[in-house]
Amino acid sequence: MAYPTDRKYTKQHEWIQANGTAGTIGITDYAQQSLGDIVFVELPKVGAELTAGKTFGTVESVKAVSDLYAPASGTVTGTNGDLATSPEKVNKDPHGSWMLKITLKNPKELDTLLSAADYEKFVAEEGGH
Amino acid sequence: MRYLPKSPADREAMLKTIGLRSVDELFAPIPAEYRLSRDLKVPRQMAESEIVEYFRQRSRENGEGYTSFLGAGAYSHYRPVIIDSLISRGEFLTAYTPYQAEISQGTLQSIFEFQTMICELTGMEVANASMYDGSTAAAEAVMMAVRLTGRRSVIVARSLHPEYREVLATYATHQGMPLSVAGFGADGRVNLGEIEKSITEETAAVLIQSPNFFGTIEDVATIAEVAHKRGAMLVVSIAEAVSLGIVEPPREADVIAMEAQSFGVPLGFGGPYCGVIATREKYVRQMPGRLVGQTVDKQGKRGFVLTLATREQHIRREKATSNICTNQALVALMVNIFMTVYGKVGLRELAKQNLAKTAYAAGQFAKRGKVLFGGAPRFNEFVAETSEDPHAINARLLGHKVVGGLPLKKFYPELGNAALWCCTELTTRTAIDTAVGVVAEGEGSARSVKEEARVEEVAR
Amino acid sequence: MKHMTRKATRHVNQNEGLIFEKSSAGKAAWKLPPLDVPEVETSMLLGSSERKDLGNMPEVSEIEIIRHFTRLSTWNYAIDLGMYPLGSCTMKYNPRVNEAVARVEGIANGHPYQPEKISQGALQILKTLSECLIDITGMDAITMQPAAGAHGEMTGLLMVRAYHHAQGRPRKKILIPDSAHGTNPATAAMVDYAVENLKSDSRGMVDITALEAQMNEDVAALMLTNPNTLGVFEQQIHKIADILHAKGGLLYMDGANMNALVGKVRPGDFGVDVMHLNLHKTFSTPHGGGGPGSGPVAIKKILEPFLPTPVVVTKPDGTLGFNYDRPQSVGRVRAFYGNFGMFVRALAYIQANGPDGLRQTTEDAVLNANYIRKGLEGTYDLPYSTPTMHEVVFSDKLQAKKGVRTMDIAKRLIDYGFHPYTTAFPLIVPGALMIEPTESESKEEMDLFVEAMKSIAEEVEEDPQTVLDAPHSTRVSRLDETAAARKPVLRWKPQG
Repeated sequence: MAYPTDRKYTKQHEWIQANGTAGTIGITDYAQQSLGDIVFVELPKVGAELTAGKTFGTVESVKAVSDLYAPASGTVTGTNGDLATSPEKVNKDPHGSWMLKITLKNPKELDTLLSAADYEKFVAEEGGH
Repeated sequence: MRYLPKSPADREAMLKTIGLRSVDELFAPIPAEYRLSRDLKVPRQMAESEIVEYFRQRSRENGEGYTSFLGAGAYSHYRPVIIDSLISRGEFLTAYTPYQAEISQGTLQSIFEFQTMICELTGMEVANASMYDGSTAAAEAVMMAVRLTGRRSVIVARSLHPEYREVLATYATHQGMPLSVAGFGADGRVNLGEIEKSITEETAAVLIQSPNFFGTIEDVATIAEVAHKRGAMLVVSIAEAVSLGIVEPPREADVIAMEAQSFGVPLGFGGPYCGVIATREKYVRQMPGRLVGQTVDKQGKRGFVLTLATREQHIRREKATSNICTNQALVALMVNIFMTVYGKVGLRELAKQNLAKTAYAAGQFAKRGKVLFGGAPRFNEFVAETSEDPHAINARLLGHKVVGGLPLKKFYPELGNAALWCCTELTTRTAIDTAVGVVAEGEGSARSVKEEARVEEVAR
Repeated sequence: MKHMTRKATRHVNQNEGLIFEKSSAGKAAWKLPPLDVPEVETSMLLGSSERKDLGNMPEVSEIEIIRHFTRLSTWNYAIDLGMYPLGSCTMKYNPRVNEAVARVEGIANGHPYQPEKISQGALQILKTLSECLIDITGMDAITMQPAAGAHGEMTGLLMVRAYHHAQGRPRKKILIPDSAHGTNPATAAMVDYAVENLKSDSRGMVDITALEAQMNEDVAALMLTNPNTLGVFEQQIHKIADILHAKGGLLYMDGANMNALVGKVRPGDFGVDVMHLNLHKTFSTPHGGGGPGSGPVAIKKILEPFLPTPVVVTKPDGTLGFNYDRPQSVGRVRAFYGNFGMFVRALAYIQANGPDGLRQTTEDAVLNANYIRKGLEGTYDLPYSTPTMHEVVFSDKLQAKKGVRTMDIAKRLIDYGFHPYTTAFPLIVPGALMIEPTESESKEEMDLFVEAMKSIAEEVEEDPQTVLDAPHSTRVSRLDETAAARKPVLRWKPQG
């Protein structure tokens, strides 16, 4: 699948879209496929501090729980309330269903993340083994 | 050995198939230095008749045929016969945990009914499929409050069962949960002023029991107000489940931790019993223990499954809400059947009888000794204070094959010669009158030397 | 179905709704005797605490209750019906004499606080069982208090913690192999220890080099299952114990797999300092649909001062009693003394076996697992070729090529009349099939099992959809677990 080029990706299968210091975070199609039917998403509250690389929440399927890792550091300004009642939206439209909106502490952190092409390559290798 | 379904010929054939000459070869992986070359020091193999005789003998040495006035967290109620008829069915008794839902619908549906009835009785929105017992359920409920509030300290009522408090202390020590104790007043209820003084922005939970260890019903609504005002949760422990038939459940509680032993579980010298946690729907993801949920199969037929398993140890491992795996399923089934037998009307009548027997007994005791904590309503237990040491009274009662109330000095030294007495629907008027008579013998009279000796014998 | 099963045929069992759906006002299954004391005015006694309404509690008659639960029971699989090949669960026969003796009056109705003078029966049972279990495990002392294995793990780790504290060197972490049962790390966390993962080597056993590297004075203990969850005996157990002890650490053993060891070898002899037992596994007490269990913890002398309170003692006059004067005890882990009803059953099991029966039981358990291994080798992938004790682990690697996974094979096994084996555990084997027959299985039952598993493997090749859509013969087909987790419905509610 072609991953949208308007954003960056992490090796933990999160994506982040940035507009100046406004960041939007979600998980990738590969992630939702691996997890299977998502039943619950646990997100931090507005105002919480995220640190790049550290966990900020979890996403649950029936038989598994996966940690969510912050692609960048910043402060949470919004969480997607839809996901509390309809977590399946993440399965249906992973790149359109955002989880968090944050104010980026250091937009330059995104430079170290993967581009759509690099992420696609990474996923192809990981899926192959 | 008669449980082993193999003949020597079978074993031979199997060894041949595997390609071995003897069973010893299968144990070769065990380093020779450790292989046992002697018999285990256990009793020699016994015939079934010998085993039965052994336990019959133990039973004779265990107070067979005695009438008891003991309560204190373990209650003697009548167990309808159909409980054992049904739970003894192999399909319930020898079934595994219902992880494979398609072939466990019997277990799953009965747990779903259990969860429903516990909710109805406690006034809560969700209930789990059982915890080990009331004491560990209370500890786990408190830990739930700690997780939910993000705070650490806990206020515990001294009128909570002393052994429950000990268990909480054990669990709390390693979780960095400071515990403070709120005493009780002349009415036997937890001292509200002490709670108000101890409660801070760091308090995760206030833990009380109602009816409490003395049988007294706490003022749950007011305590809830005090707790909630400061952002703390109220956890209420219920040790005598039958009280729920006639006493308003603690609806203002955030979490209820129950002991359901009274509902058809044998006293059994302390276990197995049946703890349950019940709470509000919004806290369900922080609840420990198994949960059964309703769903549909591929054809749209109603069915039941274990659900929200991501809280549990087999998935979350070190981040689980608890380490609990095995619970008390078969015992919960006993509770389920009991609740079904008595039902909406019977549970109330049963509780009323308990209330009546205890009111009568307390009234009689009050004529001969002192009944404490009169300022608040009670259910089926009361505390009687006598001038004579209750151990001496109990020694005399044993001669009548009666087990008297629990002497309280070991738990509450300041209460002196107080003892905790419990009457249930099984307690006869005759037994009460006998007990009162024996108490009266000692009241006002000096203790004889002979009785001193007997006191030594029965003192715990 | 092209493949016929010799063991199971489609069984028709009756529908049965929820008990609330049968309830109606005025039906009753109870009757109380008349009061022999004066009636009471409830509102006068209880005031505002009086409960007037029991809501939607059911009202049904006795026959309806009997039919309800009898019909429900027919929807369950059970040991009494056939084999449960569940790994590490030890689903053995639950002897009925155990049930009978647990119900003898003085034992069933004993109150935990009754005077010691009339509790000598219970105390004797406690003492005798304790002594048996101490000799079986090769340890020095035991607590019977924990209610289940996980509870026992917690108790054991509490004693480990107390020991290190008393030594003046509190430690921070527990080493846990990646093959361990989920309760192990969950328990370590509950006792406020950090969990450090220990990798297994290529044979599925503890990697000694890794252990040497990771062992230091911050490690309180290693939690080991032996045989491990692959059913393999840790042959280097001596070395493992030495590495731990050399740096002051303790060896904790998860006793879930004791069914491979009873009467043949004793953990206390090979260096274990503390371990729990599962009476509902090794010692035949019934699983009852998920419990109750019992998880006694056996220890070496060095941990004795820390045992939970109280302990059983013999008094100077020769009678038995409880000693509460234990200043270094970790405290209580539950009210009263433990799941006493399970002690009765476990002791009856030991008595029925004797030393020879126990040994033969273990031999049969290991023989059975090896027989099944031989039968299925080649049909299913065997990830580790190390010798098997009482359980064997295969993987779905060969079947996965056709898109069929361990859970699918397990569901298809149901159509052949068996309960599934343990799927997807241990985690170190992707797509695991973990099989433990126990000694309670006859050659006939195991032959049917092997035949069924081989038949399913053929189906995977010829007609995988049959396997993917299984089970076909049960009362309900595969249930929607996603919906159950997304929108949990955890109780019945009346309509409208």
